[in-house]
Amino acid sequence: MSAAKDLKRERIARRIVRELPDNALVNLGIGMPTLVANYLPKDKTIFLHSENGFIGLGPHPEKGKEDKDIVNAGGAPVTIMPGGCFFDSALSFSIIRGGHVDVTVLGALEVDEEGNLANYMIPGKMVPGIGGAMDLVTGAKKVIIAMEHVNKYGAPKILKKCTLPLTAKKEVDIIVTDMAFIRVTQNGLVLEEIAEDTTVEEVVQNTGAKLVVHPKILEF
Amino acid sequence: MKKILTPEEAVENIHDGAIIMAGGFMCCGQALRLADALLAKGSKDLTLITNDAGFPDGGMGKLIVAGRVKHLIASHIGLNPAAGQKMNSGEMRVDLVPQGTLVERIRCGGAGLGGFLTPTGVGTAVEEGKKKIKVDGRDYLLETPLKADFGFIKANVCDTMGNGFLAKSTKNFNIVMAMASQHTILETDRLVKRGELDPEQVNLPGVFINAIAHEGKK
Repeated sequence: MSAAKDLKRERIARRIVRELPDNALVNLGIGMPTLVANYLPKDKTIFLHSENGFIGLGPHPEKGKEDKDIVNAGGAPVTIMPGGCFFDSALSFSIIRGGHVDVTVLGALEVDEEGNLANYMIPGKMVPGIGGAMDLVTGAKKVIIAMEHVNKYGAPKILKKCTLPLTAKKEVDIIVTDMAFIRVTQNGLVLEEIAEDTTVEEVVQNTGAKLVVHPKILEF
Repeated sequence: MKKILTPEEAVENIHDGAIIMAGGFMCCGQALRLADALLAKGSKDLTLITNDAGFPDGGMGKLIVAGRVKHLIASHIGLNPAAGQKMNSGEMRVDLVPQGTLVERIRCGGAGLGGFLTPTGVGTAVEEGKKKIKVDGRDYLLETPLKADFGFIKANVCDTMGNGFLAKSTKNFNIVMAMASQHTILETDRLVKRGELDPEQVNLPGVFINAIAHEGKK
């Protein structure tokens, strides 16, 4: 991956971290959302929930110190932080559906004006499956989407209406991309912040949905 | 006292076309020796209920690659390319179930419940063909129980009564699947005598276990 792309992903992760309140329980999806873990603030207590059955998800262990009994939701060896705990999948998803996860950060294929999310399949092409995503977006108190603003063909991923099968209806709260910070509100998508290397016009051009531009646009 | 068998003996009575539940999450906490024994036995036309399609070279994932599974019920299949290929070619039927719904359906199967109501999947393809019920103004889907003929469960240690200790993140689907299977086989790394396991440490009661699979059974 190019350095410029890495920098954009880092910017997304760093912006999302600012949305995490002290003492939050947070679940990070596979892919770009996982980067958020690298920038957690030292002055806040934030615990990560791992859907496969624990709270206190820690970094990958050093080589040779892997424990085959502790993996993350992608099956990779990880560690558990002091103060964490293990449980089974029935309890793990009671935590998720029951509204005990404060924030979930997930990737997306498409998001639309109503806060609908599509992120689990492209019919006939990509079928990774649902995993915990549907439960997470339904149950978590706040849903943040971390994604690139446009797809690999340069087409917008933020649309008037999703075209792919939905993961959940009207559950997305915030969209953070390499270009913009957008809040999903009753009045539609509100563009609140733009990345330092773009303009409002450029963001609007690359968005397939109507954006309400906040009167006081900030940069991130 | 439960029957103590080798993994090969433990899978001997599994018939072609059986419905099998296998615990584990991306192979972590999966009964890998039972999976290998079933592969070696040549079992086919299986219905497999498991969280994920695993890896191509690990555990139950190998059975999918070998074309032994005709119907997969799972939440995620992305890390085993054979699963997606066989799904798209029509060789294997795949029911994708949200993970929380999958585990709860299995829990219902083992706990004597007729199903449960979940908000997960409302407004998505998951709701197709399901009854929608409103409770206190919110829409829920009625999800029905799942059961299996055989359960492949994995413990780090168990006693001869089948009481198991499942360490760290290996618990995952194992506990509910042990309840929901007609014939539950517990594969264990270590086998101890009755009374040697602290009852406080048992997180899988032996009451659900029909046979113990252990390499060093003698």
